[in-house]
Amino acid sequence: MTTQSKTQKHRIQHISLRANAIQPSGIRKFFDLLSSIDGVISLGVGEPDYATPWHIRESAIESIEKGQTMYTSNSGMPELRKELARFLKNEYKVDYDPTSELLITVGCSEALDLTMRAIIDPGDEVIIPNPCFVAYGSCVTLAGGKPVHIPTYEVNNFEISAQDIEKYITNKTRAILIGYPSNPTGAVLSRQKLAEIAALAIKYDLTVISDEIYSKLVYGAEFTCFASLPGMKERTVFLGGFSKAYAMTGWRIGYAAAPKEIIAAMHKIHQYTMMCVSTMSQMAALEALKGDQDSVTEMVEDYNRRRQVMVKGLRDIGLTCYEPKGAFYCFPSIKCTGMTSEDFAEKLLSEEKVAVVPGSAFGKCGEGYIRCCYATSLADIEEALKRMGRFVKKNKK
Amino acid sequence: MLKDILKILENDARATPKQIAVMTGMTQAEVTKTIKKAQDDRTILKYKAIINWDKAENEHVLAWIGVKLEPQKDVGFDSIAQHIYRYPQAKSVYLVSGTVDLLVMVTGKNNHEIADFVSQKLSHIDGVKETVTQFILKRYKEDGEVMESEEVVKRQAVVL
Repeated sequence: MTTQSKTQKHRIQHISLRANAIQPSGIRKFFDLLSSIDGVISLGVGEPDYATPWHIRESAIESIEKGQTMYTSNSGMPELRKELARFLKNEYKVDYDPTSELLITVGCSEALDLTMRAIIDPGDEVIIPNPCFVAYGSCVTLAGGKPVHIPTYEVNNFEISAQDIEKYITNKTRAILIGYPSNPTGAVLSRQKLAEIAALAIKYDLTVISDEIYSKLVYGAEFTCFASLPGMKERTVFLGGFSKAYAMTGWRIGYAAAPKEIIAAMHKIHQYTMMCVSTMSQMAALEALKGDQDSVTEMVEDYNRRRQVMVKGLRDIGLTCYEPKGAFYCFPSIKCTGMTSEDFAEKLLSEEKVAVVPGSAFGKCGEGYIRCCYATSLADIEEALKRMGRFVKKNKK
Repeated sequence: MLKDILKILENDARATPKQIAVMTGMTQAEVTKTIKKAQDDRTILKYKAIINWDKAENEHVLAWIGVKLEPQKDVGFDSIAQHIYRYPQAKSVYLVSGTVDLLVMVTGKNNHEIADFVSQKLSHIDGVKETVTQFILKRYKEDGEVMESEEVVKRQAVVL
């Protein structure tokens, strides 16, 4: 089809070329099937199974009672930005100016979208290790850029190396987008590996977008904040949020920390499209940062126990499974069944009533894998493993 | 490592050494040995269930009794407490600060049983000066567990 007729076709459907350029999630069928079955154990979620700690919920309720129901500053409440700057300094030893280098956003997702729209020109390439979070590629495409997915492999613990990245750098490469701990693989990059990527960013003058939404959820591994590496603060867009660490997914609140020119550009778009994050969510986030952190520690300890149960369980039923070092997902290989990951997930759901997410949802390199979330009760994990064991035994080639 | 095991057992006393070994990364033999030692030195006292007796239609009354003591010559609070805790009706006994000296949790089949215990036994013990009985009318939360569970929040089954 020529560009001319393509354009006409889209015009007739009243859909923009830009919207047409991105694909809906390929597992639509799967969602429909899921809603029609009872008694399903779901390992398909991407969120904590805890409600937000009470002291955080309470502070939001109090703010509503007091009538704090107006808009806030576009960038987010000054007090929240100040507290966030303090938190980032304590936690990761990075110094951000709360008035010019921080932006409070509607979840980490908005921060990701704003980043792309603020730094990408048509045709710019963004390098993304794959498999990766579902939104990465589409956000780049929507901003007019071109996502360049680089495969990562189970044999390398789903880690990306600077050498892998360098092979894909062209004169159009604008940025590298990394998300560690990784959704869906659970991989975490060592300080050394990140430092090598940092050197590459300097060599080719690239921006690094580091999605660190799972930074609090690491198990026996050291987490390194990318912006804390020498010389990286000035070329990093650091994305974070409250959803995973504080079990606040439904509040939709996250943030971006970046050089002031980038924050200023993101701020313009945010100002016209979002105005500001809901005030009660900001009050809740403030309490999350200021309040007692014990509940976070306890949740992490609990995830760690379930992580070990799930890894061992998956291996015991005959699947190879990389031991994840972060987030709350296992990403076992189902290649021994010869099925595509979508077929596997659909059959597993209809035959054994266990929901998992096909790895192919996270990109080409996720084919042959499934994502199993262990942020669910131990009893459910054990029952799901039992059912999956039966299923794998029956379908093993 | 002992602490890890205790945390798991405190939450689920039925967790087996095999399960605990997986969760902590210890060997099953290490877990069994650590638990045995904790039982022997009475770090672990007992394995119990938390029961909502109201649902079992079992007549069951609870009371917290504050006890004020009169220090006696050669007899410390410990020995008075011991005198009290030897009664099976006393489920828990604590030395506390504030307006009373001991807090005693008492259970009985009905109010009379508890009243009898207080008037016939407790108040006659040497050194007991005064008692304040508070009957428990409703149990909302016990040992970290909410009795009437709140509405279960349903998560979406699949979230990317």
